[in-house]
Amino acid sequence: MKHPGEGTRVGGSLAVSCYRVSFSYPGSEQPALSDVSFELRPGEYVGVVGPNGGGKSTLVRLLNGLLKPDSGRVLVSGRDPSTEPFEVRKHLGILFQDPENGLVAPFVEDDVAFGLENLGVPRQEMRDRVARAIRAVGLEGYERREPGTLSGGEKQRVALAGLLAVEPEILVLDEPTSMLDASGRREVLEYLETLRAEKTVLHVTHHLEELVRSDRILVLNGGELVADKTPERLLSDADLLRENRLVLPVVQRLALELGLPPAKLRTPEELAEAILARTESGTRAG
Amino acid sequence: MASRSLGQFYPVASPVHDLDPRAKILATAVFVVGLFLIDSTVGLLSVAAALVALVAVSRIPAGTFLLLLRPVLFIVALTVLFQVLFSREGVTLVEWGFFEVRSGGLSLGFFLALRILLLVSSAGLLTSTTAPVALADGIEDLLSPLKRVRFPAHEVAMMMTIALRFIPTLGEEAEKIKGAQAARGADFSEGGPLRRARSLVPVLVPLTVGAFRRADELAEAMESRGYRGGEGRTRYRELRFRKRDALALVLTALVLLVGVLL
Repeated sequence: MKHPGEGTRVGGSLAVSCYRVSFSYPGSEQPALSDVSFELRPGEYVGVVGPNGGGKSTLVRLLNGLLKPDSGRVLVSGRDPSTEPFEVRKHLGILFQDPENGLVAPFVEDDVAFGLENLGVPRQEMRDRVARAIRAVGLEGYERREPGTLSGGEKQRVALAGLLAVEPEILVLDEPTSMLDASGRREVLEYLETLRAEKTVLHVTHHLEELVRSDRILVLNGGELVADKTPERLLSDADLLRENRLVLPVVQRLALELGLPPAKLRTPEELAEAILARTESGTRAG
Repeated sequence: MASRSLGQFYPVASPVHDLDPRAKILATAVFVVGLFLIDSTVGLLSVAAALVALVAVSRIPAGTFLLLLRPVLFIVALTVLFQVLFSREGVTLVEWGFFEVRSGGLSLGFFLALRILLLVSSAGLLTSTTAPVALADGIEDLLSPLKRVRFPAHEVAMMMTIALRFIPTLGEEAEKIKGAQAARGADFSEGGPLRRARSLVPVLVPLTVGAFRRADELAEAMESRGYRGGEGRTRYRELRFRKRDALALVLTALVLLVGVLL
């Protein structure tokens, strides 16, 4: 198991740092990202939200060298993805939106092995790591299945296993649940949750409720980083939410309606406790 | 799940499935070349008998295997028809106005039909007993000596693997688009062949556009997973050429030799 911070070089102990990064797509007048700076410390779980076209996907692609910044500097574990993309890709894995288009091989286990094959990992070690990764996403017995026969949630778990096999310290999740139905979403989130303590995670999503337990949330809008706040502070900033067309999750909305502090109550259970506590104290008073 | 189409891998355990893909590819090549060297119907029949035995050993149900031949039946029928109609050899068996059926045409038609059927069957046996990944690995391995003359053996194999991986995906998508177009009143079953072909345009256009989008995303995903071509790459699946693989190859060559000599 890798530990956060392992393999860091220059740039101190930061997992990811972006310094004044700007990027425009060729032929486009408006920059997709302008002057974005932020840092991820090892072991942090950081969310990214914002409207479509806000620059989320661009940011993701700058982190592993699929795109190169026009100006500014990205460092991943101390390495620059625009000059050492292959090195960076060992340390940072991306889970994309549509698992259907990310699975390369006609069988589950072959696909999970794909990243290891690329790294030139010896076969015996590959077998162990593939088996471990498949176990980590709960897909034992699926080794010989074809991707076409899997549900969306299962496909995304296969894609996740393929990333985990490579054992990167940093995982970037690019809206990994947006193509899934409700049960697929739940199942993928459940496995992502288990990674919280082990990896540095940057989680891009449209669903704020997936981020209520994150350490920080970045808000990207119009290519600019408009906020970098803890979930508590973001969730209680109604203006900021509205300006960036962010919808408060159901639990927080209900809490707000009930006059309870929305930012403190993250899960349905916590909300239920709070409601219960209030009704109990209410009955006692009455 | 999408229906198993022609030549698709039929995953059961059998001695034929178990052979090294390279042995099977080479044996198929030997078989195909041999077929064109055989000049007697008896020779073809003896080879056919060996192939039937092999299919039985491969544990592929006869019905499933025969489905392979359906797409070529038209060509086979056409071949026989042409031989029968235009051959001027042998004795006349039936005469009817312009037409006459001669024994030479009939036997040549039978010979050619048998050759086509054997050709397709041997290729079908290869693809239905060899997993697509193994097939691609085998081809890469067999072509790898050509890497020295800069032949992109790895890339060709990777393209095959990806094509195989996405055939069911695109098939599913085509069905979806067809359904969507049918819901808007498109009709795919009426009219002559030309009209029916034209009615497929509204299906093919979005399918092609979708395929390009998929290709883009796949390329991104592959790059993100550290793909950089064949160099420095290891392989998850191991190919082992064992004694029985050599034996299978030799036996195939022998069967064909017998066929040629007969």
